[in-house]
Amino acid sequence: MLELKKLTKTYRTGDRALHEVDLIVPNGQVMALIGPSGAGKSTLIRCINRLVEPTSGSVILDGTDITALGSTGLRKMRRKMGMIFQEYALVERLTVMENVLSGRLGYVGFWRSFLRKFPQSDVDEAFRLLDRVGLLAMADKRADELSGGQRQRVGIARALIQNPRLLLVDEPTASLDPKTSRQIMRLICELCAERDLAAVINIHDVALAQMFVERIVGLKAGELAFDGKPTEMGEDVLTRIYGEEDWQATIRKVDEEEVEAEVAAQ
Amino acid sequence: MTTATLEARLGNGWKKPPFIPNPALRWSLFIGGLIYLVLAISSIDVNWTRVAEGLSRGWAFVTAFFNPDFVSRGGDIWDGILESIIITITSTVVGIALSVPIGLGAARNIAPLPVYLVCRAIVALSRALNEIIVAILLVAIFGFGPLAGFLTLSFATIGFMSKLLAEDIEEMSKAQAEAIRATGSSWLQWINYGVQPQVMPRLIGLSMYRLDINFRESAVLGLVGAGGIGATLNTAFDRYEFDTAAAILLIIIVTVMALEYLSGIIRAKVQ
Repeated sequence: MLELKKLTKTYRTGDRALHEVDLIVPNGQVMALIGPSGAGKSTLIRCINRLVEPTSGSVILDGTDITALGSTGLRKMRRKMGMIFQEYALVERLTVMENVLSGRLGYVGFWRSFLRKFPQSDVDEAFRLLDRVGLLAMADKRADELSGGQRQRVGIARALIQNPRLLLVDEPTASLDPKTSRQIMRLICELCAERDLAAVINIHDVALAQMFVERIVGLKAGELAFDGKPTEMGEDVLTRIYGEEDWQATIRKVDEEEVEAEVAAQ
Repeated sequence: MTTATLEARLGNGWKKPPFIPNPALRWSLFIGGLIYLVLAISSIDVNWTRVAEGLSRGWAFVTAFFNPDFVSRGGDIWDGILESIIITITSTVVGIALSVPIGLGAARNIAPLPVYLVCRAIVALSRALNEIIVAILLVAIFGFGPLAGFLTLSFATIGFMSKLLAEDIEEMSKAQAEAIRATGSSWLQWINYGVQPQVMPRLIGLSMYRLDINFRESAVLGLVGAGGIGATLNTAFDRYEFDTAAAILLIIIVTVMALEYLSGIIRAKVQ
């Protein structure tokens, strides 16, 4: 279980990105975090694994207060949190396999990783994951040879090989076409269900979020503005989070897509 | 923001706003610069009779290139070349080996401030002192010979490589490095997986470039007694043996061109 208590982040420039955010994500729950640009979504996700240091408040994962950890403790804790990035953030000049295995860096010593001599169990798991995301044949390709959708699949495999308790997903579909976006979201949600993984997914595309997740949290100017089921998202909620706009199209699109998806599923 | 209405603007021409908005300042800087340039050039004193005398000597030097003498000082040239190659390779390897940690330390985005300042100070010192000046100092300390040349070029390599490596690290993709950090990697693993792959092509390219610079420099350093082919070249000049000097210069030119060609191939391979 992930628990945020009065999480606050004020950047040195004085920008107040997060203000006393309280949030609980139970085990196995896939949650989408929506909100306008600059609302603090990325900051919130990065405060959880302390890629960004929170100013105050605490982040508690499975009983451990992450904000109180020293650097060694933090490294151990980061292993339990897989992260998937906007624009994939693969190391482009490394091979697909090296990128996936880099998810094990927290578990192996420096020389093993330097010589690329990972334990056989890690190598096997990397192959299994690549097979699961449909990229087994690409294992020895360089990451920059892959298409956007393929890269994000590698990113997903890299996060999962950490054997995490929680996935932190930052705009996974931001640079993907609509079809690939759905495939990636579906894959993330399926994998979370298979492994009973909790996930916090930052996402711009409200309709896409509504299609796949069980809970939506809206963030506005660093504070929670909505917390509920996808079906509870109405025009009034979107107006509260994003401001005045004609939301009819967004919502109707969702309904149609849900029907489509159901038809496709049958 | 200008408040001019569309009507006021239509029909009027458009010009790019000048870099210095104040016209008085703009023109006085321009005219002042021009006056200085004219005065500076006219202050250079050319002794034409001396030039007339020197031209014939210069011409003798140029004609020697059509008739280079590789043979009569062949042994000296060979020894000098070997010494230069040894100086070049050892100083490049040692210089790069020292540049990598200093370059990491001199990159603001990965080094803590005290480390950054120390490494930047080393880089600044190395870059501020010209090779010749360092060589003169080291020859005074260690005596004539290739050791002074080796130390000089290692020192110069540090300033060059560390600075450019640090700048490359500062320009790397933050997202890729962040992704590796998020896996719970140690600092060294983070450098190895998140940073090194991003800067490796540049590092190899610069190393090849530095190898070629060090070879050329080794020829100059010999003039101040720091060993290498430069010492042979200096002797040839002292004896007015322009044909031998021409032979040495031709060897240097060919070697540098070969290195240039080789580094081009290697850089293309490691992209």
